[in-house]
Amino acid sequence: MKKEFKVISDLIEETSRVLDVGCGDGELMKYLFENKNVNIRGLEISKKSVQNCLSKGLTVIEGNAENDLVQFPENSFDYVVLSQTLQAFINTEKVVNELLRVGKKAIVTIPNFGHWKTRLQLLTKGTMPVNETLPNEWYNTPNLHMCTIKDFFIFCKKRNIKIFKSLALNQEKISEISFNNLIYKNLMSELGVFLIENK
Amino acid sequence: MNDLSKVKKIIVKNPLKLDCGKEISNFPLAYETYGKLNENKDNAILVFHALSGDQYASGINPVTNKDGWWSYAIGPGKALDTDKFFIICANVIGGCMGSYGPSTIDPNTNKPIGKNFPVITINDMVNAQYNLLDFFKIEKLFAVTGGSMGGMQVLQFVSNFPDKVKVAVPIACTASHSAQNIAFNELGRQAIMADANWKNGLYGENGTNPDRGLSVARMAAHITYLSKKGLQEKFGRKLQESDDLKFSFDADFQIESYLRYQGSMFVDRFDANSYLYITRAMDYFDLTKQFNGNLSKAFEKSKTKFFVISFTSDWLYPTSENRDIVIALNSIGADVGFVEINSDKGHDSFLVDVPDFLKTMKNYLYTTYSNLK
Repeated sequence: MKKEFKVISDLIEETSRVLDVGCGDGELMKYLFENKNVNIRGLEISKKSVQNCLSKGLTVIEGNAENDLVQFPENSFDYVVLSQTLQAFINTEKVVNELLRVGKKAIVTIPNFGHWKTRLQLLTKGTMPVNETLPNEWYNTPNLHMCTIKDFFIFCKKRNIKIFKSLALNQEKISEISFNNLIYKNLMSELGVFLIENK
Repeated sequence: MNDLSKVKKIIVKNPLKLDCGKEISNFPLAYETYGKLNENKDNAILVFHALSGDQYASGINPVTNKDGWWSYAIGPGKALDTDKFFIICANVIGGCMGSYGPSTIDPNTNKPIGKNFPVITINDMVNAQYNLLDFFKIEKLFAVTGGSMGGMQVLQFVSNFPDKVKVAVPIACTASHSAQNIAFNELGRQAIMADANWKNGLYGENGTNPDRGLSVARMAAHITYLSKKGLQEKFGRKLQESDDLKFSFDADFQIESYLRYQGSMFVDRFDANSYLYITRAMDYFDLTKQFNGNLSKAFEKSKTKFFVISFTSDWLYPTSENRDIVIALNSIGADVGFVEINSDKGHDSFLVDVPDFLKTMKNYLYTTYSNLK
């Protein structure tokens, strides 16, 4: 989703230090490097993807966000980006804490389980939703902790995490999420993008 | 020993103060090069060899008439592409392929230096090789790389010369030689010293060398370079010649005859005393301790870009030890990439045909070279 790259990129200041957690084949890394001239590093679990990134000259470390963020010192990055992988961790809370320890700020994007299509599938079919953003069946999905935009809002509030900016993506439209339109955005958005920081 | 008179070498005039306290000067350092140094002199890669290696990293080794030890990686179009890069590889001091070592003839006695050769370290090795930069008038190397003991030299080189290298690729190595590795090296040394022909290091006078000891040392070491799975797949319990066991101690199994062959080939090209000195240098290697327990300090002054590589089946220099290097670099915000390559070929993976490794290395060096231009 190229639009997501643009949204993330717009949240990042030029020439800052960025860590892309779960960087895959490094597409976002390349995008951020080309558009924001950032000093960017990646962490990725798949060996093949790490090899691809290194082949492109991207600085990537093979590792798992749940175990390997520990090695980075506090505030060693201006931004830590986690694109659509928060739902795949065993200990989600610990990972968010680590993101906010390693980065001065974190950018987290989540596929919204509260989107109306997802809700409708569950309501009408009575089975776990399968669609473009959630392509797997319940028994083989890597997604362990699906949440909605509203869930993440509540999570941040409870954990005393400051939300600087929250954006909703639907089709190709970007809009701002506020406390007042939360119910509506939670229904209409496919993806939530959050710029957060420890209070 | 072999005829080493035609080996390329520089004579290092500058005195070199060794870690043991002794000073050496006017000593030979044998080297070989592959590819061409470009006009800007920015395409040089210094390759460090491992315990049993030498300067003949590619092509045909003129002394053994066998392929160079890193022929899979170095050559036209290969991972270290000689159409693009200028590769330099030197025989370490302590070695036996023309560099200053225990088999060097002492002009005063006309005999090999033998056990009078000083105990050397990885630090001494890289300090000696640094002279090659002056010789080729290279201001800054594009890269340093090597596996195993070669990787240790990579780490030490960057630590000693923080602004002389753009890219460092240590492969299958460690920053601190483990007890297990010291133990295996000690086993090899004891095998050599237990050979009656070793004669306290003063062998060779009437053509007798501690070949049996050195051969056993090599056999034991060779096992540590392979993985259990690799051995099982290649040899299993296959018998060498007959269909039945011979009820003797001959080499019944293929693995036995393979090891014996490896041992016998090794003694033709390697000096037993060199084996003692080089394994000792590996054992003494502890870069972490050199920096009072903080490995990060070793790299603090450097802007060198790192790419650390390990292999899944390498139990001699396991991923965890390679990862410690990555962690130390990350904790000072260094530019470090890391991957553990899938391979059944054990520690030897970096020396043999492991396409994922060779391909990644090639692409990384290519892209990084053009990015840093």
